[in-house]
Amino acid sequence: MALTETIGSATINGLAYIGGLARLAGGSVRTIFIEPIRGKKFHLSRAVHQAMAVGVEALPIVSLISFFIGTILALNAAYELRKFGALQVVASAVAISVTRELGPLMTAVVVIGRSGSAFAAEIGTMKVNEEIDALETMALEPVDFLVAPKFLAMLLMVPCLTTWADFMGVLGGGVFGVSAAGFTWGSYIRATLDALQSRDIVTGLIKAAMFGLVITAVGCQEGFSTGLGSEQVGRSTTSAVVKSIFMVVVVDLIFTAIFYLTAPR
Amino acid sequence: MAPSPPAKGDQSQAPAGAAVAVRNLRVNYGAREILHGINFEVPAGETLVIMGGSGSGKSTLLRTLVGLEKPSGGEIWMRGKNFAAMSEEDRDELRKKMGMSFQGGALFGSMTVGENVALPLQEHTKLDESTIEIMIRLKLDQVGLSGFENYMPAQLSGGMKKRAAIARALSMDPEILFFDEPSAGLDPIIAAGIDDLILKLKKAFRITIVVVTHELASAFLIADRMILLDKGVIVANGTTKELQESTQPRVRQFLDRIPEPELTGEIDYLQMLTGDIPPIRQ
Repeated sequence: MALTETIGSATINGLAYIGGLARLAGGSVRTIFIEPIRGKKFHLSRAVHQAMAVGVEALPIVSLISFFIGTILALNAAYELRKFGALQVVASAVAISVTRELGPLMTAVVVIGRSGSAFAAEIGTMKVNEEIDALETMALEPVDFLVAPKFLAMLLMVPCLTTWADFMGVLGGGVFGVSAAGFTWGSYIRATLDALQSRDIVTGLIKAAMFGLVITAVGCQEGFSTGLGSEQVGRSTTSAVVKSIFMVVVVDLIFTAIFYLTAPR
Repeated sequence: MAPSPPAKGDQSQAPAGAAVAVRNLRVNYGAREILHGINFEVPAGETLVIMGGSGSGKSTLLRTLVGLEKPSGGEIWMRGKNFAAMSEEDRDELRKKMGMSFQGGALFGSMTVGENVALPLQEHTKLDESTIEIMIRLKLDQVGLSGFENYMPAQLSGGMKKRAAIARALSMDPEILFFDEPSAGLDPIIAAGIDDLILKLKKAFRITIVVVTHELASAFLIADRMILLDKGVIVANGTTKELQESTQPRVRQFLDRIPEPELTGEIDYLQMLTGDIPPIRQ
């Protein structure tokens, strides 16, 4: 195949994939916000059920990981900063890195591993067992029934988890600050609050919401594209994780660039 | 419900007396045509059995009839409307009057049997929960699964899964029931039980039933009319008696379970490899 042909077909496939993601998101927006106005009920209980699985059950692992990340960040920052006798900057370094970047990103990675893969596996298994076909023959739209509750749950829970991860990250940094950098808990928290601007937290949460949408769309899309046979479910799940991580990093780059360009100087 | 007049410019008419009428139906998978112009009718209240070997297109035909595959040409008339050419909303309305029982049951694994049966009622009707509960018990009783509403599908045997799937297909009181291989993968006794159930439903509710199967004994037991599909075309269409008495070679070969002749000549073999004639079926 000629190089141009390869590039062309790869571009078309890539755009078709993103189109598929947008179609799932658009269908879900219609189900959650527009159809209820027309009198078609949306089952909030399904979204609540998903929110429990996506958000509440992820709290322990998100807490632990972000706590350690906070400590690691503090250690790494201190390694350089102590050469300049600037250990007091550790608190702000941790606070800004966690809220702007690592809180949302590490939360997204955990959510991809727990929920993105689970979405692909759930929908993929349903596809293999003809359950998706069964929904259609019962005049139930699979997007309404399966995807929309997941979007709503992720849109709300990923920012919530991220907020908690930010807090745990700061706490993790604080342990190092208090034990090895001469802070008291009071002074560490004060230094963190002085360093943080609301913009840092808000941009992190906007990113988190976007990550939630991307992870849901990719997980569900991979589930729906599962082929015949149960071994295909495994392939879909792996693919959901890999593509989600890639897409999250791309979205992260885009939004970080937007926030940089629109930041007041 | 009176049949609505066909849309402007639509040359065809809704056939009278037929619950399902298929006209010149063509289905493609990509560039390959699977069904090459299928025509048949199912009179209301009768049972049609679609038979055929593997790869004959019978599953594709069933999937097209319930709207899971889009036809590339032709018409599917149900309840006086052309199912193949209607909007998604109208199609959903029609689907509420159809029930489909899948080969593996296709029960939702995360829900109990009762919740599976309740789902269409919860989604499409305004019935309150207590009425739905009574309906679930009624439907499960009709298929001989009383008391199983709180079981998960994974806890059921193959035959029970099929029964539960039939109960779910019945939940909206359908006018047309579709079955995909109802007795496949079941032992003869359980399979006979499913055949009995289909006959009982037909007698009790006068539902129009379309069954896809390759189990001959079961087919002759439940069918009023039969179709034999081969390579995407209908080779025989008639009552069970007509098919049994048919002298057509393809029909006889299928009914008498005669294997395809071995390809012996070099030319035959070469043609098979080059794809000019299809390979022997297993």
